[in-house]
Amino acid sequence: MNNFQYSRASDVADAIRLLAADPGAKLIAGGTNLIDLMKENVERPSRLIDISRLPLREVEETPDGGLRIGALVPNSDLAYHPLIEQRYPLLASAILAGASAQLRNMASVGGNLMQRTRCSYFYDTTTPCNKRSPGTGCSAMDGLNRNHAILGTSNSCIATNPSDMSVALAALGALVHIAGPSGLRTIALTDFHRLPEDKPHLDTNLGSGEIITAIELPPHGFARNYSYLKIRDRLSYAFALVSVAAALELEGNAIGEARLALGGVAHKPWRSLGAEAALRGQAATPDHFGRAADLLLQGATARSHNGFKIELARRAVVRTLMQATSATPQSQAHKKIA
Amino acid sequence: MNAYVGTPTSRIDGRAKVTGAAKYAGEFAADGLLHGFVVEATIARGRIARLDTSEALKVKGVIDVLTHEHRPPLADKDEAWKDEVAPEKGSPFRPLYDDRIKFNGQPIALVVAEDWETARFAATRVRVEYEQEAFATDLESERGKAAEVDQPHKPRGDAAAALTHAAIRHEADYVLPSEHHNPMELYATTAVWDGNGGLTVYDKTQGVQNVQKFLCSVFGKKPDEIRVISPYVGGAFGSGLRPQHQVVLATLAALALKRSVRVVLTRQQMYGLGFRPLTIERVALGAKPDGTLDAVTHEAIAVTSRFEDFSRNDTGWAEQLYKSPNSRYSHKLVRLDVSTPSDMRAPGAATGVCALECAMDELAVALKLDPVELRLRCYSDRDQSEGLPYTSKQLRECYARGAEAFGWSRRSPAPRSMRDGKELVGWGMATGVWEALQMPVAARIVLTANGHAEVSCAASDIGTGTYTIVAQVAADALGLPIENISVRLADSSLPQAPVEGGSWMAASSAHAVLGAAEEIRRELARYAKAMPASPLAGVDVPDIILLDGAVAKAADRSRSVSIADAMRHGQVERIEKEKLNEFPEDKSHARNTHSAVFAEVKVDEELGVIRVTRVVSAVAAGRILNTKTGRSQIMGSVVWGIGMALHEETVTDHRFGRIMNANIAEYHIPVNADVRDIDVIFVDEPDDRINQLGIKGLGEIGIVGVPAAIANAVYHATGKRIRRFPITLDKLLE
Repeated sequence: MNNFQYSRASDVADAIRLLAADPGAKLIAGGTNLIDLMKENVERPSRLIDISRLPLREVEETPDGGLRIGALVPNSDLAYHPLIEQRYPLLASAILAGASAQLRNMASVGGNLMQRTRCSYFYDTTTPCNKRSPGTGCSAMDGLNRNHAILGTSNSCIATNPSDMSVALAALGALVHIAGPSGLRTIALTDFHRLPEDKPHLDTNLGSGEIITAIELPPHGFARNYSYLKIRDRLSYAFALVSVAAALELEGNAIGEARLALGGVAHKPWRSLGAEAALRGQAATPDHFGRAADLLLQGATARSHNGFKIELARRAVVRTLMQATSATPQSQAHKKIA
Repeated sequence: MNAYVGTPTSRIDGRAKVTGAAKYAGEFAADGLLHGFVVEATIARGRIARLDTSEALKVKGVIDVLTHEHRPPLADKDEAWKDEVAPEKGSPFRPLYDDRIKFNGQPIALVVAEDWETARFAATRVRVEYEQEAFATDLESERGKAAEVDQPHKPRGDAAAALTHAAIRHEADYVLPSEHHNPMELYATTAVWDGNGGLTVYDKTQGVQNVQKFLCSVFGKKPDEIRVISPYVGGAFGSGLRPQHQVVLATLAALALKRSVRVVLTRQQMYGLGFRPLTIERVALGAKPDGTLDAVTHEAIAVTSRFEDFSRNDTGWAEQLYKSPNSRYSHKLVRLDVSTPSDMRAPGAATGVCALECAMDELAVALKLDPVELRLRCYSDRDQSEGLPYTSKQLRECYARGAEAFGWSRRSPAPRSMRDGKELVGWGMATGVWEALQMPVAARIVLTANGHAEVSCAASDIGTGTYTIVAQVAADALGLPIENISVRLADSSLPQAPVEGGSWMAASSAHAVLGAAEEIRRELARYAKAMPASPLAGVDVPDIILLDGAVAKAADRSRSVSIADAMRHGQVERIEKEKLNEFPEDKSHARNTHSAVFAEVKVDEELGVIRVTRVVSAVAAGRILNTKTGRSQIMGSVVWGIGMALHEETVTDHRFGRIMNANIAEYHIPVNADVRDIDVIFVDEPDDRINQLGIKGLGEIGIVGVPAAIANAVYHATGKRIRRFPITLDKLLE
């Protein structure tokens, strides 16, 4: 672990000022990922700016009928918030599919968006990794890549984003509210994380000196026909090999609006508007779901150990859409897959 | 006599453990305690060309950085580094000894600072330059270099010919991956400097006297200069049999600096210790159409280090289990640039029996026989290697009781023939076997006139319940309530004990206690008989027992004298007896524990997700001293067996020779969600031949057979035979 300075931000503006004053500084809220990375000497912040006491813990209804979630709301509080449980159960389910109760109690919503990849080479400072040390190469490309990305990869990185919550947020069309030196801005969650391209050290489009202040959920929560299915190497407390967030609007068996996002397969939650468009107006049948899955997985490429993910993702998409259709969402407590 | 033995007595140390009063090696305080942090090698083989500690030494709070170039003297002969568990052949690893790098993760420096965070920070400031050399860490690519090691099992008959002519033959490779123990407690040592060159070393270990002798020989100390204490151990599973890096480093630093020093390894650093070696198990079975065996051959190819030959009995277990006129076993090692493997729960058997029992399942399929029926047809009443009968073997009863509890008769034999909604259901079974060993252990009992006894022994309690069973045996033998018994363990100054391992400590320590108690009984009987108008006058000493705090005639308990009265008349305040256990010399019988394991899996075939919904383990292991701690041991073993079957694997990137999942987020063990119903059945197995109490030990037997039972259940569910463990979903989807 590196030696670091510690500051406590008095308000959001103070956090932004402190960030601007020290390019090596990092924000810390729950610290569930950052402190691990510091112990591994992967992250070496010169300063930790503690934002955990900032007043960003509210869940408020927005004028248009959506919700605004403060960036510091703990993951578990959000998952069990009555408005989330009632109106956005897909989000609650995805959060509860992730980590452990202890981690969810500590982790903040904003921090969840900022968690870094679990690529084992990224974690091991003795191996080359473009994400950790730009220009050193990617060890996973021809190494142990069973857990790695099949979509949106580049020649410099095949890491995945490990968040479950983000997958649901992507499907729900969430927005991210950001404050920074040049004021406030809002971007779609699907534009918040980026693909690795030739700059895999950048996980997100958050600018320097910027801070997430809130997540906004649009009014439509898909509370009736949804499911979050996470496939992993044990039945709980493991990162996704593949996860699927599915949400449908059904009239009889006809699909109105459809949302579909994948986790564990790319550098960001993977959503395809084309796949969703292909579902609209169709009957909710396994065939149509399979076609949507094929569209969603278009361009998927396998490395030496992760080829199974392509077929697994396809099957998981179909199953999750079936669960959503029958309004029998995957339980995160009972591990039998519906 | 048996108020406690055989009952579900709660752990006498349970309260101390759950309240935090129980102190572990890394929790002992000392004045001016310093903290060490280990710097590890990041290459697999080569030498340290340059080790620059100057930046680390500049960090405020750093006291010193010990390296091979800067340290007190260490023994230079291999013999001095051989602890009681060290492999016979080889040169044990010596931390900070010279510039050689023998494996990735090898300790190469110890930063010692006023506090742990400073030491950890300064460790990142130690600069190392290496001269790298070509290395190899991949067993499968080096398989051709395997060399045979001596095996105790001689070939019988002509297995090769018998296989060639067998009506039904099955032959396959089963691959069991490297695994790390991952005990909950991190490896830790607090070496307390006494100011005069002596040390009290609080260490996480399975054997305090082993560590004490090792430290004395490595550091050239007299036995009274180093005392090793390890009152509680938060799991070890074999990883604490040999003295580990941290105890050498903490002792080295304490002697160098003449201060007390604590060294705690991180979880990641513990992957530089020993491990269950990756083993390729090749099993061939030849059978007659009636399901009796003609031939068994079993060859294991396992990883070891370049500097020590570690091997265990993977291959010989069919000698105990299945009658066959012809057999051949061989064990080969491939030396690689890794640390030396070590014992891990049921070493050899957990892996070798897994392969054998998967192969038996495949043979049952080929023969169209029920897997239990096949095992009954091959049942061996003798250990075939020496042709010996068993002191006891209730394995038939294990099959029967386990099958009944599981509902095995309702199994539909064809694979893929049982379903529960979307899930395929699979029922599989396997046999388990382990040795019933006993080792020399001494115990001391001090009985005071107030009817309180203190029992002491150097044996460790590694979480298995040794404190409790020692108290149970003592309470029964002395006729005292268990509350009146206090137990001291795991201090090298106490009566002798070997490392706690191999399932031998229950029988060994219990009979030491029994021996000491017997001497106390005789002495009390003499005092009681000598009392004026003694109610025991004329009663022979063998007819006198200790019961309810009194010395009594066995056949007429109304004739008794209280212990306090007997001791008063004997004019003694305390009676102290120390006794080494004694076991009858018996080379005419084999001694083993057995089990039959039945497992149910439910498989979502489309997604490859496997759930182990039920396990029944029927165990025959002689007398069960404590049915509560015993059940816990078997349940824990079953959980580990689930991990072996489905989760555990240490993954190495052979380009770097580095373990890439050295943490318990990525190295998967079962979590609560992976563990459902576990039913433990202890089958009655009276055994008055093996030892006085009929004890065989439970530490290992519970894991043996579990991974095979699950793998066989997965086959029954899906029709897919996965022979490369763990059975992860990608293998099922292939």
